[in-house]
Amino acid sequence: VRRFLLALAAPVLALAFAVLVTSVILIASGHPPMQVYKQMWDYGTQPDSLVLTLNLATTYYIAAVAVAIGFKMNLFNIGVDGQYRLAALFAAFVGGKVNLPPILHVGLILVVAMAVGAMWAGVAALLKTRRGVSEVISTIMLNYVATGIIAYLLAPDRFAELIEGSNNIGTPPIGPSGQVPGFDVIPGASSPVYGLIVLAGVVGFGFWFLLGRTRFGFDLRASGLSSTAATASGVDSKRMILYVMLLSGAVAGLLGMPQLLGASYTYNLDFPAGLGFTGIAIALLGRNSPIGIIFGSLLWAFLDVSRQILDLEGVSKEIVTIMQGITVLSVVIAYEVVRRYGIRAQQREVGRQLAADEAALEGVSA
Amino acid sequence: MSDQRAPGGGTKLGLPTPADVVAPIALQRRTVRLTGWRLAVLLASLIAVLSFVRIVTGAQQIDSAGTIAAAIGLAIPIGMAGLGGLWSERAGVVNIGLEGMMILGTWGAGWAGTMWGPWYGLLIGTLLGGVGAVVHAIATVTFGVDQIVSGVAINLLGLGVTQYLSALVWPGQPTQSPQIPAIATFTLPGISDWAKSIAEKGWFFVSDCASVLRAITYDVPYTTFIAVALLPITFWILWRTAFGLRLRSCGEAPYAAESLGVNVYLHKYVAVIVSGCLAGFGGAVLATVLSGIYREGQTGGQGFIGLAAMIFGNWRVGGLGAGSLLFGYTQAMQLRSGAAVHALLLVIVILVAVFGAYLLYRRTVRPALVAFVVAGLVYLWYATTETLPDQVAYVTPYVATLLVLSLASQRLRMPAADGKPYIKGQDH
Repeated sequence: VRRFLLALAAPVLALAFAVLVTSVILIASGHPPMQVYKQMWDYGTQPDSLVLTLNLATTYYIAAVAVAIGFKMNLFNIGVDGQYRLAALFAAFVGGKVNLPPILHVGLILVVAMAVGAMWAGVAALLKTRRGVSEVISTIMLNYVATGIIAYLLAPDRFAELIEGSNNIGTPPIGPSGQVPGFDVIPGASSPVYGLIVLAGVVGFGFWFLLGRTRFGFDLRASGLSSTAATASGVDSKRMILYVMLLSGAVAGLLGMPQLLGASYTYNLDFPAGLGFTGIAIALLGRNSPIGIIFGSLLWAFLDVSRQILDLEGVSKEIVTIMQGITVLSVVIAYEVVRRYGIRAQQREVGRQLAADEAALEGVSA
Repeated sequence: MSDQRAPGGGTKLGLPTPADVVAPIALQRRTVRLTGWRLAVLLASLIAVLSFVRIVTGAQQIDSAGTIAAAIGLAIPIGMAGLGGLWSERAGVVNIGLEGMMILGTWGAGWAGTMWGPWYGLLIGTLLGGVGAVVHAIATVTFGVDQIVSGVAINLLGLGVTQYLSALVWPGQPTQSPQIPAIATFTLPGISDWAKSIAEKGWFFVSDCASVLRAITYDVPYTTFIAVALLPITFWILWRTAFGLRLRSCGEAPYAAESLGVNVYLHKYVAVIVSGCLAGFGGAVLATVLSGIYREGQTGGQGFIGLAAMIFGNWRVGGLGAGSLLFGYTQAMQLRSGAAVHALLLVIVILVAVFGAYLLYRRTVRPALVAFVVAGLVYLWYATTETLPDQVAYVTPYVATLLVLSLASQRLRMPAADGKPYIKGQDH
């Protein structure tokens, strides 16, 4: 129970701190904080906003799982950002070009997305295993290379065509057989929840199952906790790095799919970017746990949706970005502080135990 | 003429040179010291190659005075971010937050610059970058949080804070500032006009040297001099003073440093804060000098390019200077005509071929053959196309860094304790 409380203490403390700082900033710029929060809450709990929140959380959840898979092994996949954008572009292009029976069509798109995402992550994995290049640096660089490739491919005569009635360009739209219908689960909302929210569930369950119920997951966690110990027990660390990066990339490839197959049906210049970094933040918030990330992504999505009202009320909505940034920073600090406190408590416990044993021994010998 | 070396000022201090485009670190161990004549010969041959290609292809822009001046100008923010990364990583703190600190710098320059003039803008931008660094230092040094994580959070915060402040300060148009007054520039009278007239003649080699001279004597913003001077100053502080030795020891072996009585926390704090100030200054230059305006999203990853330049330069001042100049040059080429970028392929062919010949001379046959094959392939690419996609120049810094990392990773040496958290008295 105590350990559970400790684990919960960190995010709660961090959130409280973030709210405190945000309130101070709001007061300093002349807005009563309680009123701002109330407006956000009122707007965020309307049916349409709830749908948006769920849809956004679906995407964020997959992003965070992609990052968390790497984190579990101390691999920092900053490249989720490039991986999902590249994957979404290719998936959208392939999906728009072919016509297949419904299930197959969707399946093909998902497979393409996973393959491209895994391939792009694989570049970083190979650089790390073959040449010893830090994945942090290589994935940052690969993000920009991906941006360049997308800019090259997303042009008329290559992957894209002009979208009529605008000066936006996008891949040919995916036909009805490749679209995933949504669910009308929220009464009173004008739009449905992404059908691929199921995909997020599958990804989350798969992540949980893999980590806790398979030998691979055990090896993965062992490598993360102590790579030397894992190597000593027969884990091939290079192969683990390769597999984990590929897996992380494949999941990253999926993260654009709810949006692509549930709403936009095309990859165009407006396709959301930067979700990989959101994924990092949420993975940290949820402590890389499949359950924790659910709460993290719901919270993050709620904040992102409910802040839309603020501009109308004369408050700059970027206050929420500040709040999110502070949350991430304070959450990791809180985890670290709690961890150190836990270690010290454990040491004291052990010390007391030892002292007691010694006293008992002396009692016996006397 | 000693001024001619000013843009790459660092090269005479450290190891790699601009010729590293192709032959990255390979030269490094063999050439003991790149001083004086050797450097001059290398630079001269590089100019000769560019000149040759310019005359063969007729692409005047590959080394026109305008291009070189633009390259130097664009190299400054990259170099300052990279120098920031160098300070921080030499003390053992990885700073991915450079981008966020740079964003703070651009905003500071936009805000203070429009209020009180460009120099105050530069000052406030620098200080704001330092503020971002204080947050990074508190998280990573005091609390021992993962340095990458903290950096990511700083980037997020830098963006959010500046967007919020912009909306407060410029309510009508929150994504950009009004025009920032221009900063004074320096022109060396007489010489610069003379250089221009020579450069326009189009002579082999001579005109190209004149273009370089023109670029560094005409209309140079004073910030460029400050930024270039910061390279040798950094080198001197970090490698020639007791303080610098202690700071670097914190990045190599913090517990050994601790046992010698070095205050590791203090040195790490100083290094990270200086790092943020440099990144902030780089951002401020970006806003004040290059754009004349603060615009949201202006940095566009320059902080990361700076980081790349530092790694490209093997955590050394000289290499960093060369890397920034190279990346600045590729950015400048992005703004030029497609023909000029296309002509650069020929430069690469020549450089790779020369490198191959050098390898052959050293009797390493297989790498030499690889180099010749690469040169041949690039030539084929050159011969069969008319222009290059715009994105080639865009991705060059990133690809170059990946290449250097993958081809020369055995020779790259980052500080031994870089990225590792340090807790006083926790040596095992």
